[in-house]
Amino acid sequence: MTPEEIDGLLQSLTIFTLAILAGFAVISKVPATLHTPLMSGANSIHGIVLVGAMIIAAEATDPVSQIVALVAVAFSAMNVVGGYVVTDRMLQMFKKKPVAPKPAADQAEA
Amino acid sequence: MTTLEAIEILVRLAWLAGAVTFVLGLIRMNSPATARNGNLLSAAGMTVAIVATAILILAEQLLDPASEGVSVIAWAIIIGGTAIGGGLGLYTARVVKMTAMPQLVSIFNAVGGGAAALIGIVEYLRLVSEGAVRIDEHIFIVLDIIIGSVTFTGSIIASGKLQGVIPGKPIKVPGGQLVTIALSAITALAALALFVTGEPNLALMVVILAAALVFGVTMTLPIGGADMPVVISLLNSFTGTAVAMAGFVIGNEVLIIAGALVGASGAILTKLMADAMNRSVMNIMIGGFGGGEGTMAEAGGAGGTVRSIGPDDVAIQLAYAQHVIIVPGYGLAVAQAQHAVRELAELLEEKGVDVKYAIHPVAGRMPGHMNVLLAEANVPYPQLKEMDDINPEFDRCDVALVIGANDVTNPAARRPGSPVSGMPILDVDHAKSIVVVKRSMGRGYAGIDNELYTNEKTGMLFADAKDGLAQLIEAVKAL
Repeated sequence: MTPEEIDGLLQSLTIFTLAILAGFAVISKVPATLHTPLMSGANSIHGIVLVGAMIIAAEATDPVSQIVALVAVAFSAMNVVGGYVVTDRMLQMFKKKPVAPKPAADQAEA
Repeated sequence: MTTLEAIEILVRLAWLAGAVTFVLGLIRMNSPATARNGNLLSAAGMTVAIVATAILILAEQLLDPASEGVSVIAWAIIIGGTAIGGGLGLYTARVVKMTAMPQLVSIFNAVGGGAAALIGIVEYLRLVSEGAVRIDEHIFIVLDIIIGSVTFTGSIIASGKLQGVIPGKPIKVPGGQLVTIALSAITALAALALFVTGEPNLALMVVILAAALVFGVTMTLPIGGADMPVVISLLNSFTGTAVAMAGFVIGNEVLIIAGALVGASGAILTKLMADAMNRSVMNIMIGGFGGGEGTMAEAGGAGGTVRSIGPDDVAIQLAYAQHVIIVPGYGLAVAQAQHAVRELAELLEEKGVDVKYAIHPVAGRMPGHMNVLLAEANVPYPQLKEMDDINPEFDRCDVALVIGANDVTNPAARRPGSPVSGMPILDVDHAKSIVVVKRSMGRGYAGIDNELYTNEKTGMLFADAKDGLAQLIEAVKAL
């Protein structure tokens, strides 16, 4: 490994470690009642893998890599879109007061 | 600085902004008031990060002299894949029933972890064609593929168990621990061979991939349905870690940050859930409820008589009570009776009864799941009380109405020697009178009898949660 490669690796490890600590700090404060939406919210955040899938899709040149990349893009897009939508659906229900009959009543019998 | 370099800097700053919104979004999820806003903030950051990536790819194709120009195939893959996956995600997220939501989260874990593993595979194919792989590349690709693949198959099994496609009861894998050990050994040897030789070797990587896929199945199959929430949470953490590894593989900092953030959050959440059930994560992963057959048999023979009670009697008790605490459990969730329970509570409140809900940390299928279900039925949030807040109130509660909850109310948990021993429970037995709506005397996940049911203060209303509540609503209206 060249000095630049080692430098890059150490930088990545630093970011990784600090992000783990941030994750611990942020999550430990969440009340139990919000754990399910929280899990779902964290679930949508790992949909960031779509960024990676797009990058490898742009670089893929042989058919095998392209097919694998297509599946990766589709998988991660499902993760990110579905994750945020279902989390929002859950959180929508945590309203402070039941304000009149809800317009979203058509979804209530889901 | 060239234009391309300038764009690269801006894109990386956009990624950083995205990472910041993920952290801030999670902080805002601390409180019900700001949670939705936090999720939208996070979604906005995600959108910025993804659009920035698209701009970067386009800029590289247009401005990089080494590039062959705009690649139609690459954009077909990106746009087509996003449309297919995004459409599928949008559709399932919109139509899923709130009770089936844990399964869906598990499926999203599967595809997220799967995508991370696939990134590792594509990158490895590229490195193999170039003929050289550095040791750190090898390590991260191996970790990415292992964690991503285990998450992929493990999450599918977990989802299948919750959906009932695969039996929820623990399934013994033939060979049991031997299979686990063999798979781990194969993976470790193959990985070691890659690291030591430093030669790209596609065959060995395929062995690792296959072993990891099988491992995901054999890891999840022996775990009972009751423990699936903990497993899903653990797999959520795994997915985050796999994404972070994919970030190392392609050298992308936003994947590393977001992945590590989720990896850490999932780990904490998993521990909290396991703690609430008085179990260790290790214990769950190794499988089986303690494995203490002897203690289970002993605690099982509680005996005692059970008093059955009709809806009309219950209605009178409820309507003339001052304080009623409703204890909703998994049975209520399965029967989709959350709207019925809210209707009953409103009827009682019109009669001047003070109604509260006692929410055990693991009521439903995941911590907080019951809150979501009740909130969906427009139960006012302040009426939902967490275990530590509500337990002292059972002493002055006239009627405790237990609907489809079992193990979390079992007083046997206060004594040693029972499979539920030490599990925090709701002090339902402290109430002046107890009514249990339940389909049968069937046992809960712990597989033991509930001493609450044979308590002399307890009346059993044998009915499905939804039917039972419908009967109660009719009876209260008729008063």
